[in-house]
Amino acid sequence: MPKETKTMNLNFGPQHPAAHGVLRLILELDGEVVEKADPHIGLLHRGTEKLIEHKTYTQAVPYFDRLDYVAPMNQEHAFALAIEKILKINVPIRAQYIRVMFCEIGRILSHLLNITTQAMDVGALTPTLWGFEEREKLMGFYEKVSGSRLHANYFRAGGVHKDLPIGLDNEISEFCNSFPKIIDDLETLLTDNRIFKQRNVDIGIVSKQDALDYSFSGVMLRGSGVPWDLRKSQPYDCYNNFEFNIPVGKNGDCYDRYLCRIEEMRECVKIINQCLEQMPKGPVKTNDGKISPPSKKDIKESMEALIHHFKLFTEGYRVDKDEIYTAVEAPKGEFGVYLISDGSSKPYKCKIRAPGFSHLQAMDYLIKGHMLADVPAVLGSMDIVFGEVDR
Amino acid sequence: MNLESLEKLINSELTTKINSSSINHDELKLKIDEEDLHSVILFLKNDTRTKFRQLIDITAVDYPERDTRFKLIYFLLSHENNLRLNIEFEIKENYQVKSITSIFPSSNWMEREVFDMYGIHYKDHPDLRRILTDYNFSGHPLRKDFPLTGHNEVRYNEEDKKVIYEPVKLEQNYRNFDYESPWEGTKYIKDITKK
Repeated sequence: MPKETKTMNLNFGPQHPAAHGVLRLILELDGEVVEKADPHIGLLHRGTEKLIEHKTYTQAVPYFDRLDYVAPMNQEHAFALAIEKILKINVPIRAQYIRVMFCEIGRILSHLLNITTQAMDVGALTPTLWGFEEREKLMGFYEKVSGSRLHANYFRAGGVHKDLPIGLDNEISEFCNSFPKIIDDLETLLTDNRIFKQRNVDIGIVSKQDALDYSFSGVMLRGSGVPWDLRKSQPYDCYNNFEFNIPVGKNGDCYDRYLCRIEEMRECVKIINQCLEQMPKGPVKTNDGKISPPSKKDIKESMEALIHHFKLFTEGYRVDKDEIYTAVEAPKGEFGVYLISDGSSKPYKCKIRAPGFSHLQAMDYLIKGHMLADVPAVLGSMDIVFGEVDR
Repeated sequence: MNLESLEKLINSELTTKINSSSINHDELKLKIDEEDLHSVILFLKNDTRTKFRQLIDITAVDYPERDTRFKLIYFLLSHENNLRLNIEFEIKENYQVKSITSIFPSSNWMEREVFDMYGIHYKDHPDLRRILTDYNFSGHPLRKDFPLTGHNEVRYNEEDKKVIYEPVKLEQNYRNFDYESPWEGTKYIKDITKK
């Protein structure tokens, strides 16, 4: 008589610390082996795309901060680029450098969070404490430049809101000098750590073909050996001017993805250093009064500037009828904005392509046949943030 | 390969299936009929010259005033050629679109999202459930006739000791001012001269 086996259903989340947010994962277990995983998402759905349809282009920017909330400016960047391409705005070169610099800061912010929490998921607490100290410094830079630590609302179509405050470049430069040492310290804790390797090596392997089929991007794709980075292959803003490398993994497992992220942080520091060296003086937003608001001084002296100011903050600027898909290399992968403008000051449609959405979709494929204890490790290495998955 | 030669190649290979093609913002746009979706995507994915191996996203656009109410757009990316392409076609409400989950497994959730947000149904989809909205949600939020405030709101009821659903009650209605200017401004950028 065949032995009767019975699978067990387990609810993982939505309030599980290793779910990195509000993920409800329904696992079908055979003993300790996962047979099937069915992620239920949408618990953080706020209707961002619907809200953007009802806001002017300027008012829509803060919604992008709230998607992947550990690297806010990278997403604002995609939206700003989309509008700029439709309106054919020339962004001043200094603004481009500032944007690239803060995007790289965002990348470090995101990778630091991911690496350290992934380590915490598999049992190491110290990296989190060390990493978050550095994140605090980076968020300090965010605050100095935009006034808030997280939801910056700093990028605008045509540049950035304000120039860097005096002295900030020195502080960032100091950070860049001290930070590689911190990466080394994190590596001494993790890279050769026996437990960390046991939990990550050969776990959640993605082959090249599957990475493409499942629409992976970013580290998830590079970890599987596909050298694809939009900063190199389809450069936007001034990414052409920098020398940096794209780390690529070999085995496509959780450990390779961790190594990619560590190396990417070192490359980020390189880019930030080059930004600080090369950054020219000059304006930080376009001088087109129809798009960027006038200075306080101009408002007091020029009637036209006053009218512009009033119109920009009531009606907003109009964007010609067009359709565009723009993508940037966000820390988690390809973050895209598909914008349909209808000639008014509000987008007709704004579809947000979040990298985490495709990654999480592959959860079932990744975890099948693994042990229950591998679920947090795989989830951690996918770098899921629910702000962007649920939108 | 660049976009122009790609456009030529696709037009010569898929002659009758392409209604029109254009290049806009570094992306090739193909307009097709829904019946040809499978064959066009299969060709683009498997042909050794085009190599569009990755599906980036699927989305829909709602035009309530049109006869063909929805426009569906499929974004493809070719890593080898470093090119982007999108395929679009228009469908009527209540029309069932063929699912492409057999070609790209990642289209599973993307189609679920389109179904959830726009109410477009897919044929042969393995698991067509709502994805982003709440359990037992009704309506399709990204349709233009769905109100921004929604229909129901959720709160914790202290007396019943549970979360309850109620019709939305707002202290103040959503205010949608019409700021659109009836005047057109200048076409040139004026230099603000320093005094």
